[in-house]
Formats: sequence, C-alpha cells, structure tokens
Amino acid sequence: MKLVVAIIQPHRIDSVRQALTDIGINGLTITEVRGYGRQKGHTEIYRGAEYTISFTPKLKIEVALADDRADDAISAITQAARTGKVGDGKIFVFELLAAQRVRTGETGDDAL
Amino acid sequence: MGQDTVIDAADTAWMLTSTALVLLMTLPALALFYGGLVQAKNILSVLVQCTAVAALCSVLWFAFGYSLSYSGDGDWLGNGAAFFLANLARDTVRSGTHIPESVYVMFQMTFAVITPALIIGAYVERIRFAAVLLISALWLLIVYAPVAHWVWGGGWLAKMGVMDFAGGIVVHVTAGVSALVIAWMIAPRHEFPHGIRPPHAPWMVMVGASLLWVGWFGFNAGSAVSSGADAGMAMLATHLSAASATLAWMAIEWIKFGKPSLVGAVTGTIAGLATITPAAGVAGPLGAVLLGAAASCVCYLAVWAVKRVIQVDDALDVLGVHGVGGAMGTLLLPFVSLIGAGGGHLNHAVGAQFQVQAIAVVVVALFSAIATFVITKLADMLVGLRVNLEHETQGLDFATHGETGYHTNR
Repeated sequence: MKLVVAIIQPHRIDSVRQALTDIGINGLTITEVRGYGRQKGHTEIYRGAEYTISFTPKLKIEVALADDRADDAISAITQAARTGKVGDGKIFVFELLAAQRVRTGETGDDAL
Repeated sequence: MGQDTVIDAADTAWMLTSTALVLLMTLPALALFYGGLVQAKNILSVLVQCTAVAALCSVLWFAFGYSLSYSGDGDWLGNGAAFFLANLARDTVRSGTHIPESVYVMFQMTFAVITPALIIGAYVERIRFAAVLLISALWLLIVYAPVAHWVWGGGWLAKMGVMDFAGGIVVHVTAGVSALVIAWMIAPRHEFPHGIRPPHAPWMVMVGASLLWVGWFGFNAGSAVSSGADAGMAMLATHLSAASATLAWMAIEWIKFGKPSLVGAVTGTIAGLATITPAAGVAGPLGAVLLGAAASCVCYLAVWAVKRVIQVDDALDVLGVHGVGGAMGTLLLPFVSLIGAGGGHLNHAVGAQFQVQAIAVVVVALFSAIATFVITKLADMLVGLRVNLEHETQGLDFATHGETGYHTNR
C-alpha cells in the first residue's frame, strides 16, 4: 500500500476531489497547512505598512491507496491541481505498512 | 432659573438615545475595531481591557470625574460639590439645557468611558493589566476631567471662545497624544517594526468600525444636547465626512498599492469621523465632504510617519488616526464653517477663531503629554508596564487572563 501526501493550492481542492472520484478513489483527508517552497511567502499591506507572510496557506491531502492505484492517483492530482504557476505544490509518496478499518477490523487493501 | 428648570421631552428622548449610542461605541464597537487588528492570541485581552476600562471609568465618573469637569465654573478645574453625585435630585435640570441632570451625567459619562479606552490601541499586546487599570483611572481624573472642564465645563478655554462641538480636543487630541507618550514609554512590541503580524480578523475591524460609525451619530448629534436643527445638521455632516473619508482612503491605497483594502477603507471611516467631530456644529454638507476627504489624506501620512519616521509602536495608530484627525478638525473648523450652505456661527472672526483653536490644541497636547508621562512613570514604579517576553510571545489572552480566544476541535 502507498500513502500519497499532496500539498496543493487551497482553491484547487474541488477539482482534485473530482479527479480522484472520477478514477474511483473514494476517501481522502485534508488538513489546512502553511508553508513555503519556491513561492516563498507574500506580502500584505495594512494601513500602508507591509507585512511579510512567510508561510503561505496550503491544503495537505492524504490518500491511502492500493499499490496499483498510486500512479493513477498521482497523475490525477497533478493534472487537477496544476495552474502552471510557482506555488502549485508537491506530491510525496510513502510506503504504507498497515491499514485497519475501525468499525469492522478489516485490514490491508480491504480497509482502504 | 426660569427656563433652565424646564425639561423638554424631545431633547431628553434624543439625549437618552444618544447616550446609548455613545456607550455602544466603546462596547462593543471599539473593542471589536481594536480586537480585529491584533493577533489572534491577544483578542480577548483587548476585549477585557475595553470592558474593564468602561466599568472603571463609569464608577470614577460617578465618584469624582463629573464633579471635577462639570460642577462650578473655575478656570482650571470644577469643584467637589458633586462628588459621588451627592446632590443629584431626580428632577434636577442641567443648567443651560432642557434635560434632566441625570441624563447629562450619563451622556458625558459615555465620553469619559471611550476616551481612555481609545488609548488602549497604543499599548496592546504587551501591557500588564494592572497598568491598564491604573493608567486609565489616573488619566481620567488628571487629564480628561480638567480638559473637559476647560473646554466644555466653563473653564479658561471656554471663556476664550474655543469651539469643540463633540470632542476633537477633549477626546481625540487628549487620547491621541497620550497614546503616543505611553507607546513610547512602554517601548515597541518585540517584533517591531518588521516582524509584526498583520491584523488577525479584518472582518471584525469592519464590524467595529461600522458600529462606531452609527454610534458617532449619538456622539456628534447628541453633542447638540437638544433635538433640533443643530443635531440634525451635525448628523448629516458626520455621515458625509465618514463617507467621503472612506472613499478617499480607498483611493489612496488603490493608487499606491493597486488594491483597495477593507482595513484601509474602514480606517478612513474612523479618520473622517474623528476629524468632523469638533466641527460637526459648524460644518455644512459640502464642508463635511471636503473635510472628510482631507482627513484621510492627512491621517494616512500621519500613520506612516509615526511608524516609520519617529518609529514609535503606537500599535493601532491612535495618534495617527484619532489624534491627528481631531486636531485637524479643530484647526480647520473656522474655515470649514465658510464652505457652502448650512454652516454654523463662529464665536469670533475666522482669523481670531483660528488663533483660539490653535492655542487650545497646543496647550491641551502639551498638558496631555506631560501629565501622561508622569502617570505612566508612576504606573511603571507601582505595578510595572510590560509583561515579560515569554508572556508577550505566548499572548496576553492566556498569559494574563487564562482564556483562549479561538479553539478548534475542543
């Protein structure tokens, strides 16, 4: 199993969700996070004074997948999240050691 | 006594209404306006400070303040005849008006509440709570009460014919200058100037400013202390100045930064309201529109100058917006009265009136600065001004008050 972690622009979440649903992936977890990469931060101006916002708001998506679905999911997320500008985010993939559904106790791929 | 003893029902009804509107300006309007401008970890501390100052100054107004401001006609200070409102009978009429003295006491009390509360904007996010209470209490009695007496209570400035309809001098110059002095003495927040975090809730700033805008109708139109023509024109002038100042501040930001911001727009609103305050009794509609637009231009520069030129961390721009606005309206008042229809009458010819206005602004500013310096020194010796760096970093909500403003998943 794989755990796909994607950091994306917050306003792309609806299209990412749609793209994952379209390829039959039902279920993901999102977290509001802040950070910076090449985009660095941005500045905001209040009453004429500039404030540096070093950590830009992003969404973190976590999806647990069977091994054979990971590549599809990664390309779906990439396509749906992409705007072509700096700050579109990154995708990380981890080996997932175990999974268990709390209600039934199912494990492994059956739990996803 | 004659006419003085007659209570007018319409005047009284409007003054009761105005009093409620002016209290609304502190609770919750100013609290929300300031609360939205600070960091999330200090939101509650600002709300507590506004609430506590309002309660404390109300009781002090009852005990000493009203008497020192409005009892007797000495040049420098009222007398002690009305301490604890000792002789306030149910049917006493305030001399020179047609409203019960109880209503006059209460109306003026709401001014005595908001003026020290305005100063909170200077020292937020780093002050000890005990210092807030001590400074506010001493300031009300040592700065506000005498100046209110000089200008509105028959003191030496009133005898010179100074004109301050609703508090450009008494409220905004005193609070603005004192705010700068305290901000300078307490020293900047530790991240100042480049690490300061932006306002945590601009929407809350807008809600507060909007409530202030409405409350200001009681502040200015109520300062007619009657329900007739003066109140009507004061309300019209107040609204137009606020509207024009809002547009002007937005225009400045739009041109300078390419984006008109919410916080900027409502800061303009407050600048326009503070600036029309002294002139609300003499400005006509056109004069008010022009004064409002000028207010935003001047206050915008003042905010920048305090932060970047003299580098004092007057955190929420009390001097730049309130003090400079109030002083500007006071000084321009003689000229504004000449613009367009609807203007009121001056006490002197224009040039002479300007001289009196200038003397009042300079003397009150100097007096406020010196007295506030002494009060703040005293507070520093008795209770200390600042929380320690750990508490400042943690935020005053939890460090000082044991509460947290925002929880998720609790």
